[in-house]
Amino acid sequence: MGKLIVFISGVLFGTGVTVSGMVNPMKVLNFLDISGAWDPTLILVMGAALLVTLIGYQIIFKRKVPLFASFFRLPTSQHIDAKLLGGAALFGVGWGLSGFCPGPAVASLVFGRTESITFVIAMAAGMILATQIQKLQRSKAGQISS
Amino acid sequence: MTEFTPLAGLLGGGLIGLSAVLLMGGYGRIAGASGIFAGLLTLSFNTEFSWRFIFIVGMLIGAAWSGLFFFDVSSLEFNGGPLTTIAAGLLVGVGTVLGSGCTSGHGICGLSRFSKRALAATCTFMVFAILTVFITRHALGA
Repeated sequence: MGKLIVFISGVLFGTGVTVSGMVNPMKVLNFLDISGAWDPTLILVMGAALLVTLIGYQIIFKRKVPLFASFFRLPTSQHIDAKLLGGAALFGVGWGLSGFCPGPAVASLVFGRTESITFVIAMAAGMILATQIQKLQRSKAGQISS
Repeated sequence: MTEFTPLAGLLGGGLIGLSAVLLMGGYGRIAGASGIFAGLLTLSFNTEFSWRFIFIVGMLIGAAWSGLFFFDVSSLEFNGGPLTTIAAGLLVGVGTVLGSGCTSGHGICGLSRFSKRALAATCTFMVFAILTVFITRHALGA
């Protein structure tokens, strides 16, 4: 049952990013282009998503556990550090260059366009690279402390 | 030019929100696209892999059927050549791993939990994305 919920959630996500037009990089870039031919659609996408999630989370978190899993897996870190901000900045530049963020980019693979495929492969490479660098740093830090 | 499409935007956004609520309420997970996708790249085929895989398959099916009925696929328009696309993909990949999330994980789920980290990350990537578009479109006049 849990897996079915995950599947439905994925379908809703893919439907949402497509129906809203977020899978179209030009629409996203025109939203980010506040001094140009501004398309405010993305504000409504973010606003509606945020409102539904905000209300939904309030209801959900009244329970101690999710319906079909043993616990809520939530990030515990509260720390705003250079890694968080630097990573977000790099992501912002990539988003602004292409108009693609991860969800819509992956969803848009089904439309079979070369740009989507190229972007997702490069994104996967970047993710693997960053994960490896982090592992290396952690093992180095471990050596120093031990 | 792309047209302002408020109804499609509200409907699509509402569905993304519903997806986030369902995944947390049902399975206890944050609906963050970058984290879910990056988790697949470890290729360690355990339960952590399988739920992510199921989510991504669902996402692709969702996009495919909406592309048939609710979205004009021919309106897709991309920016820049292959080098720009590759550079952007690398930046988004590295950035979302270091920054622990993207538009969905930080911008929707994180903000809905009143996470300070998510707020800081969301403000940062929004500002950098807007600046990047401003520089490439207006300052460089490309």
